[in-house]
Amino acid sequence: MSGFHTHALYRHEHSVLHDLPSQVKIVALVLFVGAVVATPREVFWAFGVDGALLIGAVLLARIPVGFIVRRLVIEIPFVLFAVLMPFIGTGERTPVLGVSLSVSGLWGAWTIFVKGTLGLGASVLMAATTEVPDILEGLERLRLPRLVIAIAGFMVRYIDVIVGELRRMRIAMTARGYDPSWIGQARPIATSAGSLFVRSYERGERVHRAMLSRGYTGAMPVFERVTTTPQQWLVGLGIPVLAWLSAIAPWVMR
Amino acid sequence: MHIPDGFINGTTSLGAGIAAAGGIGAALRQAGKKLADRHIPLAGLAAAFIFAAQMINFPVAAGTSGHLIGGSLAAVLLGPWLASVVMAVVVGVQALIFADGGVSALGLNIINMAIIAPWSAWLIYKGLRAFLPRTQRVVAISAGIAAAFSVEVAALGFVAEYAIGGTGGAPVSTVLIAMGGVHALIGIGEGFITGVIVATVLAARPDIVTGATDLLDTSGAQPRRIGRFILAGVGAALLVAAFLSPFANSNPDGLERVAEDKGFIDTAQTSPIDGQSPFAGYGFGGDGAIATAVAGVLGVAVTFGIGYGIVRISKRVKTPR
Amino acid sequence: MSTPALEVRGLTYSYPDGRRALDGADFHIHPGERVALLGANGAGKTTLVLHLNGILRPSAGTVRVAGLEVNDDNLREIRRRVGLVFQDPDDQLFMPTVRRDVAFGPANFGVQGQDLDRRVAEALDAVGMGDAIDRAPHHLSLGERRRVAVATVLAMKPEILVLDEPSSNLDPAGRRELATMLDSLDITMLMVTHDLAYARELCRRVMIMNQGTIVADGPMEHVLADEELLATNRL
Repeated sequence: MSGFHTHALYRHEHSVLHDLPSQVKIVALVLFVGAVVATPREVFWAFGVDGALLIGAVLLARIPVGFIVRRLVIEIPFVLFAVLMPFIGTGERTPVLGVSLSVSGLWGAWTIFVKGTLGLGASVLMAATTEVPDILEGLERLRLPRLVIAIAGFMVRYIDVIVGELRRMRIAMTARGYDPSWIGQARPIATSAGSLFVRSYERGERVHRAMLSRGYTGAMPVFERVTTTPQQWLVGLGIPVLAWLSAIAPWVMR
Repeated sequence: MHIPDGFINGTTSLGAGIAAAGGIGAALRQAGKKLADRHIPLAGLAAAFIFAAQMINFPVAAGTSGHLIGGSLAAVLLGPWLASVVMAVVVGVQALIFADGGVSALGLNIINMAIIAPWSAWLIYKGLRAFLPRTQRVVAISAGIAAAFSVEVAALGFVAEYAIGGTGGAPVSTVLIAMGGVHALIGIGEGFITGVIVATVLAARPDIVTGATDLLDTSGAQPRRIGRFILAGVGAALLVAAFLSPFANSNPDGLERVAEDKGFIDTAQTSPIDGQSPFAGYGFGGDGAIATAVAGVLGVAVTFGIGYGIVRISKRVKTPR
Repeated sequence: MSTPALEVRGLTYSYPDGRRALDGADFHIHPGERVALLGANGAGKTTLVLHLNGILRPSAGTVRVAGLEVNDDNLREIRRRVGLVFQDPDDQLFMPTVRRDVAFGPANFGVQGQDLDRRVAEALDAVGMGDAIDRAPHHLSLGERRRVAVATVLAMKPEILVLDEPSSNLDPAGRRELATMLDSLDITMLMVTHDLAYARELCRRVMIMNQGTIVADGPMEHVLADEELLATNRL
């Protein structure tokens, strides 16, 4: 139900956000998205605050707003889903510009659109200001299981290699003339994908040999842990804290 | 099928996150038992392959195209426990590094693509293979059929999540028909592609298909048929429950109909636990159709669990040590 | 006579399907030598290389690295002594950054902290890739990846550098850069290749392998001048 980013989103700049340790940014992202999702849908001003905070963070990161907006394009499929809601929703209906729309559907569309966009924007910003190896390192420092981090490390390292091979296969098939009917299309792609899996597996065996050759005995070596300062946490968590305040305020004020 | 933020409400997303963490934690422990250290780079490369494979798309209906999920492929190639771990890594990397799938929906996406998809595929695959001949062709076809159904089951997982905490405003029955319908077609594509991929891999390197290593076993040992029949039965029951119960006729069944006709339905006493059991009356809260399907699946699982427990206990009684 | 950097005696190995890959290979290499191992495809070169650090184990024969025999007890130290550079650098650079790849080897042997940083920096400088330390391997060109792959083994301070087809797929500039870099290293070297020009440029001595045995072993000028010998061995 979504489009695909297949290239890493990182954009090199010199900024406060780029310099923050990655685990601070990951925690900040999770907290910010949590605040957005927890915000009751009718509190429009809270979403305004969230949007302003996000734009502020984008500017602080010295990332061009257009860079972020272009990468929001993958959300088009779920925006379309959201747009359908007022038409297929049930319950009470209200006329909008002459068309009778479902009230709960309108609320649903709003919720999906605003929370989805804010969440996606925040995710894109985090990835744009943090290099992939640093993201993995941050997850490791956040105590994610070491097996998961190790697998993710290899995955990320070889994604470009394998995606590249898949693309070359597709180009080669297109050059030989694709059969447009979908069954005809699927078979050659699938056989090529099967060969690709075998090649990937055999590469995995060679990688293991290379690891053995450099002294690997079953445990990935531990590289030193970088500590973060309280100031860095304060800076990083400033935005999500404000987002949570605006999420909680409606309940407090009632 | 990567759910973005905002589709499912906060409490449901949080609950899903906790459930997903528990499920993947269990998978890590189980996978870790059989994992030689050489498997770690292999798992990483499998994850990279699944990521690339998810880019494969195929047309399903006018204008729409479907993508491979790959959960069933992972299950047959890596075994279900490692498949869950690998799929979870794929989904997690997609969310955090590629901003694909909402961070708040990570638990939901892991449940659907890293737990439901591989496991439903594995159960159906093992169920089919339990009573079919042991050939490469059967392995590939079973993998394909399992893949097709697992896509539908995963879609039903999403519909269940929507029924519990969806914010959309569309009625669950509409979502069920839309998602269920589209994913039935996507399942056909994924099933076919998975079958061909497994066949290709089997032909080149049969030793690397974890789900089919029994094909290499030349010792002639008889397989434990009983266990496999249980799996086959569970798999079949799950299929029936998942697909047919939403369409189960809401008209009263034979006995109730007769009772109504003869006017004695009012004298039927409600069962003592009616109203206390969460599953009393075959459904629970929420919209009728999806609740029925979920209840059906859960009912099968509970029945199986009780039945299996009875078999184990009775075996212990019969063969004292 | 000093201890050979590498000593191979009667090495014999068969593939699982029964084919003889190595049939009594015999040779030794002295410290400081640069030796090329030539042979057509299928001669058994890569299989031999995998025996040098114990990844494959022979059915007969021995391998000694600076006097230490390759057996189950010595594997760890052997792998530090033999710096094996594989044909495809993508198999060898498996970490997210160059720094982590070069540090992987020494870290496995207990080198930590500032010592580790120093080793990494020295190894990358030796191959001329000091600037790439924080880059991801897949952003480097093939030639750059080959050089970093050499650094990953240099960081373990090996006794001998064993390179499998180092010049394959490189463009002329890449070949030159790699040759210059290898020439500048002060280390015993065994280069497995079928690229005669590269062998001649970098090595003083050459061995020819055919069907699992060493059929010729001598100074570069003599062996490469013998056209009949080359033709018989499909070079």
